[in-house]
Amino acid sequence: MHPNLSFEQAPPIAVPFRFFLTAPLFGIAAGLLLFLQGGEMLASRWMPAALAATHLLVVGFMLQAMCGALLQFVPVAAGGNIWRPRLVAGIVHPVLAAATVLLVSAFLTQRPALFTAAAHSFVLGLGFFGTVVSAALWRTPARGPTIVALRIALIALLVTMALGATLATGLARGNQWPLLMLTDIHAAWGLGGWALVLLAGVSYFVVPMFQLTPAYPAWLARGIPLLLLAVLLLWSLQFVGANESVFKLVFLGGLGVGALFAAGTLHIQSRRRRKVGDTTLLFFRTAMLSLLAILLSACVFLALPPVGSDPRAAVWVGLLAMVGVFVSAISGMLYKIVPFVSWLHLQRICGLGTLPPTMNQMLAEAAMRRQFYVHLLALGLLLSAVWVPGVARMAGLVFAIDCAWLAWNLIQAVQAYRGFRDRIRVAAEGC
Amino acid sequence: MTALTDPMHRHHKHCDTLFADAEAAAAKGDWQAATRDFHAFQLELETHFRTEEEVLFPAFEATTGMTGGPTQMMRFEHAQMRDLVARMDDSVQVRDAAGFAGAAETLLILMQQHNMKEENILYPMCDRSLASQSGTLGAQLSERLDATCLTTP
Repeated sequence: MHPNLSFEQAPPIAVPFRFFLTAPLFGIAAGLLLFLQGGEMLASRWMPAALAATHLLVVGFMLQAMCGALLQFVPVAAGGNIWRPRLVAGIVHPVLAAATVLLVSAFLTQRPALFTAAAHSFVLGLGFFGTVVSAALWRTPARGPTIVALRIALIALLVTMALGATLATGLARGNQWPLLMLTDIHAAWGLGGWALVLLAGVSYFVVPMFQLTPAYPAWLARGIPLLLLAVLLLWSLQFVGANESVFKLVFLGGLGVGALFAAGTLHIQSRRRRKVGDTTLLFFRTAMLSLLAILLSACVFLALPPVGSDPRAAVWVGLLAMVGVFVSAISGMLYKIVPFVSWLHLQRICGLGTLPPTMNQMLAEAAMRRQFYVHLLALGLLLSAVWVPGVARMAGLVFAIDCAWLAWNLIQAVQAYRGFRDRIRVAAEGC
Repeated sequence: MTALTDPMHRHHKHCDTLFADAEAAAAKGDWQAATRDFHAFQLELETHFRTEEEVLFPAFEATTGMTGGPTQMMRFEHAQMRDLVARMDDSVQVRDAAGFAGAAETLLILMQQHNMKEENILYPMCDRSLASQSGTLGAQLSERLDATCLTTP
């Protein structure tokens, strides 16, 4: 079979959209949780409410959006055929949503049964998702750094899941496992493996496409996923013995690879041929600057031990990563993917010669731009709240508004899609 | 080593640059420049499509016997893009900045996605299957593409 044929197997529109429209709802929940709990929640990453909010963001917002994006991206851009995408989405989407609710409830109530149920649900949902997407990614005839990155990201997702399920089981049973060390390894595979490698792999494809930038240099595109994988493997050696200063270096090395990706992205964006900027570019730049800020912060924390040993330092880095890097990049990409995929489906329904609304008619640039400014405000307030607990409630509220506005904008695009689709159908019946 | 489809790759970049110029001029409200740049883009894009549809694709189809697969899909996408270019043309004539920007945004992603499929999949297939004709066919492609380049500002 020729690879090009599989490139046309875009899934039904509901497959990615059900994930995309659910993701911001978990972001709203995370913001509201902070609003209700107040500044105490940001005192340490080990606070139950902080763990709950973290997972509302990483598996509620990020994982939902990323799974939906992969179901669209793998067949369209990576030439991999997803087995029965409607069925896969119909199972994975509700299972992941339920698993997130169970896990968050478990952190908030500390009930062992909820931890166990959450672990089982994630293993079921992600095990199924991972099997189907792996089959597509390992059989695709396409080659190149994006495919390598997607494969490494998927492996990292399964490692993250296995470690997460182990942790949840340990918490449920009260085992005397080294839970803190396991958590550090789990978080590194989740953020630095799954999320960052996936972001890199997708960026290789979409950054040049959205802004007419030069391609990423080949050495950078090939190097980033492999270096991150190497760092994660070294980081995981904590299992067998820990020399703290070595692991500090490994940690900095990982952040350095992230910063290299960020600098590379900002560099090619500065050489873009498209002169007109847009909201997606602003979101991407925010994400890349946050990624650079993480390395800078880690260096400051190492240089100033009294600050670095404060539990709030880890909260600061976590917020920069989750909200600064990933929520920003995902929001920027959703603003392109949702209207473009809507346009493509409408175009196919109505055929050539009939003009569906363009992307900007489905989702106005001004609406996206206003939401971006709220997002920047939310990020600034959240980072301030780490050191000034008094602003935490306001930060939570603004972040909830940020995510609600994102959801509202995406719903507007979907409504425009539905409205035009229904008009075409009525017109077709009248013929 | 130069490949048969090298001129096609280069011409994609050329069309991208003209697109970016037209889009930037329209965004600034400089309709004189926008009209000039858009028409240059339109002419080059149409030349590119016709070079593929009249020279490259028929040669590929004749050699491989594949008439219903990749080339068919590329022709369909050309038609989709022509629809959007026509919409941009209408917007330029009535100086409708929002209409132009909307069609341009949509065209950009469609065009880039299309180019990537060609550059990563179809052109390498053409390079392999048409290797024996690369001399004459390559010259023909260059001639068709350059002919228009010379006439545009």
